[in-house]
Amino acid sequence: MSVTPSNENIIPLIKKESMLVSLEHGIRQNGRKPFEYRPISITLGYAKKADGSALVKLGDTTVLAGVKLEEEQPFEDTPNQGNLVVNVELLPLAYETFEPGPPDENAIELSRVVDRSLRDSKSIDLTKLVIEPGKRVWTVWVDIYVLDYSGNVLDASTIAAIAALYDTKLPKLLQEGDSIKVIKEEKGERMPMNYPVVTVTVGKIGKYLIVDPDIEEEGILDTRLSISYTPDKRMVGIQKFGIGTFSMQEIDQVESIARQASAKILEELKKQLGIG
Amino acid sequence: MSQNQKPKLILENGLRTDGRKPDELRPMKMEIGVLKNADGSSIIEVGNTKIIAAVYGPKEIHPRHLALPGRATIRVRYHMMPFSTDERKSPSPSRREIEISKVIREALESSILVEQFPRSSIDVFMEVIQADAGTRLASLMAASLAVVDAGIPVKDIIAAVAVGKADGVIVLDLNEPEDMWGEADLPVAMMPSINQVNLIQMNGNLTPEEFKQAIDLASRGIQTIYNMEKETLKSKYIEFKEES
Amino acid sequence: MLSNENNNKKLYYQERTIVSPGDLIAEGAFQIPWSPYIYKIENKYYSSVVGIFEPKENRFEVIPLKGSFYYPKIGDTVIGLVEDIETYGWIVDIKAPYSAYLPGSSLLGRSVNIGEDIRKYIDVGDYVIAKVENFDRTIDPILSVKGKGLGRIIHGNIIDIMPVKIPRVIGKNKSMMEVLTTETGCEMLVAQNGRVWANCPSKEMEDILIFSIDKIEHESHIKGLTDRIKNFIQEKKGELGVTESKA
Repeated sequence: MSVTPSNENIIPLIKKESMLVSLEHGIRQNGRKPFEYRPISITLGYAKKADGSALVKLGDTTVLAGVKLEEEQPFEDTPNQGNLVVNVELLPLAYETFEPGPPDENAIELSRVVDRSLRDSKSIDLTKLVIEPGKRVWTVWVDIYVLDYSGNVLDASTIAAIAALYDTKLPKLLQEGDSIKVIKEEKGERMPMNYPVVTVTVGKIGKYLIVDPDIEEEGILDTRLSISYTPDKRMVGIQKFGIGTFSMQEIDQVESIARQASAKILEELKKQLGIG
Repeated sequence: MSQNQKPKLILENGLRTDGRKPDELRPMKMEIGVLKNADGSSIIEVGNTKIIAAVYGPKEIHPRHLALPGRATIRVRYHMMPFSTDERKSPSPSRREIEISKVIREALESSILVEQFPRSSIDVFMEVIQADAGTRLASLMAASLAVVDAGIPVKDIIAAVAVGKADGVIVLDLNEPEDMWGEADLPVAMMPSINQVNLIQMNGNLTPEEFKQAIDLASRGIQTIYNMEKETLKSKYIEFKEES
Repeated sequence: MLSNENNNKKLYYQERTIVSPGDLIAEGAFQIPWSPYIYKIENKYYSSVVGIFEPKENRFEVIPLKGSFYYPKIGDTVIGLVEDIETYGWIVDIKAPYSAYLPGSSLLGRSVNIGEDIRKYIDVGDYVIAKVENFDRTIDPILSVKGKGLGRIIHGNIIDIMPVKIPRVIGKNKSMMEVLTTETGCEMLVAQNGRVWANCPSKEMEDILIFSIDKIEHESHIKGLTDRIKNFIQEKKGELGVTESKA
């Protein structure tokens, strides 16, 4: 059962008031402009045993993504492509109220949203993850761990997943007569990536819209909308989070704000990941 | 419906696989007060999708530490019956059902006047009897009608429809093949009289222009559905009036 | 659509129209008391329930047609079902989202002695007639049985109906109550929380009263209810061959 959360932090009313006053003046309490993203830093290869990994910091939000490849049979309905499995975990070490145990609805929702963005964007060319058509394919496990929760873990998780995937090399394949042998210890081809995808979250406080809310802002948001984009500005995923509502006009505004932000983040990603 | 090859979704005559025009809704049926025990209940059929919903409350909350000081706690379960799908579905909750329960809860919470019932709970249960595309939105509408049937004050009734893209055409109220093979699925739920969107999701692929077109189409479909919902709620009492 | 255009005040529905949530019922600068059944955004008023729209001069209200819960109000007379016993009092179900507490001292007129078994005064399963002495958004309702006619119910029967229909069982200037009691000869107490206590001259009359109250619950939105109920009772009395009561 999904239950109204009861362990959310109490936000002093005075804080909300003062945030609204700041926004009226076109600035946020954290010093950012309404549509300004926090700085992104990416450390590739942070977890050496993974086939690919990335530690991503979005402001103080810290997320570690690792990719592991396993040889498996393809799904019946997709005999000629690899599999993708995405999982996001909100670790107890990341925040006071996160509990150990199986993923709760928040973690499950995050996983599914990141999964859909990666899948629907066709960022990964899954058809190139076939070892033997119809019989042996790669399953790409993307495990995303939130280490420090400082708001907007969704956008950070998508960035971490993409960065880790770009960092990934497939195990080497060796043709031996009729069969293909996998040499796990040796790295072969790069993960067949078509292009990156990014998710941009826009929060709503009263009548104001802000990009990339931090933890304090999240506490007083009415609601938020996350939209994923490819470099050619296709929308490849939308999810609304939280109890509040948007008018149709606001959704339009959010879309154009998010689209503009996506271009900047993609620029940044290309620079840091060294992709064309 | 377990074919491996994508069928043609838009036929030569411009119609869809079920004979509808791109901007045409599926036939819908709604009924309230269908269960005796529940405080409010409803059944909705949208095409071949069929949902039953029940509401209990507002009532005392157990365990009591879940109680919120300034508002009611909403507890929601969306669940698919094992025989609601082509292949039997395990009755234990899947990750998909957990996500859907959450987005439905959040949408419902924005419509219910929760501040009126501090420290209480309102429990909402939805069972998918037949799944044939659009179960989350049909469930949300069934839940909204059941909440109203329970006499719980709300800002507005929730009306909802999925729009999407099939063979390059923006279509209203996706059917199962379009849901499975189409290029995009964009469920939208609104409180129409106050122009507020309380659920929006999208998976697939749309340009920003197509997105605008799609949400416009959704708004129009939602208005039609909304009128049907009002009719359903009022007709129960109007019939009586005519009889006497 | 009825438009009552003085001081930019507009009412959008005629008297006794059935409205549903989201219906814009009025617009303008009205001075109306807060109601759970009306939702206001700026100067627009929407119905929040399925109900009957009742305009009254410069005011209006929505009377809900359904609602199985009772929202406690200080001073209301309620009929409660005792569901648990604690050391110093009883936990009572009053059909509200909150269980009510009846302190032992309210019944005994003194504090409960340590070790005293208060079960012998009122037990689980008993009905009590009580007044809501205290309640707000932060505390569960506290009941009192101090006063005439309050306390444990020892005879008669209880009829449950939706709390929102209670005003219809009473009627304008108690007109419905009047019809029910004179026609059936039953003694009645209509409690605000959707329970009616009845003490009838015969089982047949009790049944007729129960049927009548059920009819009120289902047809409360149809005009001419009081006369219909009067005819209904007389018909039923004829059917059952009950003679006029002497009560």
